Amino acid sequence: MRLIDRTRAEALANLWLAGPATVAMLVLIFIPVSIVALLSFTDYQFGARSFNWVGFDNYLILIKDPQARRAITNTIVYAAIVIPLSILFGLLVALGLHSVMRYAPRLSAVLRAAYFLPVAATLVAMAVVWQMLLHPNLGLVNHLLAAADIRGPAWLSDRGLVLYTLAVIGIWQTVGYNMVLFLAGLAAIPEHLYDAAEIDGANRGWERFWTVTWPMLGPTTLFVVVVTATGAFRVFETVATLTRGGPAFASDVLVYAIYREGFVYFKAGYSSAITMVFFVFVLLFTLAKFRLMESRVHYR
Amino acid sequence: MNSRNLIGRAIVLALLFLGAMLVLTPFFWMLSLSFKSQAEIFSPTISLFPDQLQWDNYRAAFERTTLLRFLVNGLVVCGGILFFQILFALPCAYALAQRRFRGRSLIFGLVLAGLLVPFHVTAIPIFLGLAELRLLNTYGALILPFVASVFGIFLFRQAISAMPVELFEAARIDGLSEGAIAWRIALPLAMPAATAFAIFSVVAHWNDLFWPLIAISDPALAPPPRGILYFRDEESGTDVGPLMAAAVVIVAPMVVAFLLAQRRFIQGLAVGGLKG
Repeated sequence: MRLIDRTRAEALANLWLAGPATVAMLVLIFIPVSIVALLSFTDYQFGARSFNWVGFDNYLILIKDPQARRAITNTIVYAAIVIPLSILFGLLVALGLHSVMRYAPRLSAVLRAAYFLPVAATLVAMAVVWQMLLHPNLGLVNHLLAAADIRGPAWLSDRGLVLYTLAVIGIWQTVGYNMVLFLAGLAAIPEHLYDAAEIDGANRGWERFWTVTWPMLGPTTLFVVVVTATGAFRVFETVATLTRGGPAFASDVLVYAIYREGFVYFKAGYSSAITMVFFVFVLLFTLAKFRLMESRVHYR
Repeated sequence: MNSRNLIGRAIVLALLFLGAMLVLTPFFWMLSLSFKSQAEIFSPTISLFPDQLQWDNYRAAFERTTLLRFLVNGLVVCGGILFFQILFALPCAYALAQRRFRGRSLIFGLVLAGLLVPFHVTAIPIFLGLAELRLLNTYGALILPFVASVFGIFLFRQAISAMPVELFEAARIDGLSEGAIAWRIALPLAMPAATAFAIFSVVAHWNDLFWPLIAISDPALAPPPRGILYFRDEESGTDVGPLMAAAVVIVAPMVVAFLLAQRRFIQGLAVGGLKG
């Protein structure tokens, strides 16, 4: 009798401890994901009483319609610019700060804070500031260009330019984050490896970099690549604040398309299909990240 | 120390300063504009610094918009989310880390799988659910979707797993209930993880625009990023000074918090990279 009471009490304790979170996970994550997957095969509209199954129609529109496809191609172009450049700049800044740390640690810390500031700052508010910086007539950027006798373009309303402008803002926001990951990676490289390299004749800075630093940073770099990629594919705040995907879909991206089709035009079914495409991209990167974590390759 | 080394250092420092200046330009320009008068902002010649420091734009930002309300909303939403996230995550993490029971590995599997799902993916069904419950346009709509943080469970579980089993055995012998053990023993010891998670969570939700854009249409409920867009869309390009003052006020809490607690802040956000 007592034994039964105890096992019952134990089971009840487990239920109280883990039950609420488990239910919340199911209701807020797993059931919604299944519903989105199902909705992506329907023509459901928010507020409608019924819907029809349309098979892969939503996906076909997304792939075939040149305008709809721009959300996918723009996101890939954006990511293809932001990923390598923000990683390259993040690495260069980290290498610089790491070397400055040896003889001027305070200065290095101040500079690190400066580079990290965009990561901490509210992106939407900073995007409003970028809008003023890039304003065609009043903006600081075009004023400075005018001083050099260059006619500054309309950075955010030129179809050919807008995506690159957004990418620059994306890089500005990401460099600091990548920098701190690289700094952690650099701090973990044991000093004696450099001594050994020197004995082997690697005296110059770049020789030390290629024989020791770069190989030892390999795991960090892989991790940074994946984190930056997931971040770049989620670009939304700057697009929603500055361009709303325009002009003429020139800066449409996946997450913005999810928002617009679903919550402005109420096409829940179609928006679900865009969501699934976005999900597959992010899933690939996150799975890659988990693989890296398993092989003990991560920050710290 | 030879001269070649010195020149190398000088070049590195010069480049680092140049880069930092570029990175800080938007912050500088935001501050500069927020102190300039309307006439100065729209004058054909441009000056880097304001003629004189005047606070009119800040006064206007607070008087003409509900800026204070936006900040309070941000506080309520971030605080509410963090409170419920820890309330749900900590006991579950404790059970996963220090107790043996059927379904444990299944639940941990759910946590890991949940890490793969970005919030955006769940937005449409959650919107439908909230509409069904008539909760859209409430604080609840801004808080409820985020209460199940798999990332929080994951972090807390890692921290509590590293604690010695004997500690919890002793507490049980002393007659503490399992709930009391989770809250009074595991939580204080898991404070570093809790701090990192709190920073990650508050920064993410203070800065979020996607969900507030969807879940609310009432400006009185808008968190700061949504709020500043209401302001910008209303003012139609003439109130640049007050708009920049509002941006300063919205950016300030996170930036000040970061400058005061840089190590913890960077750690919290870097840990966030583990999330999908």
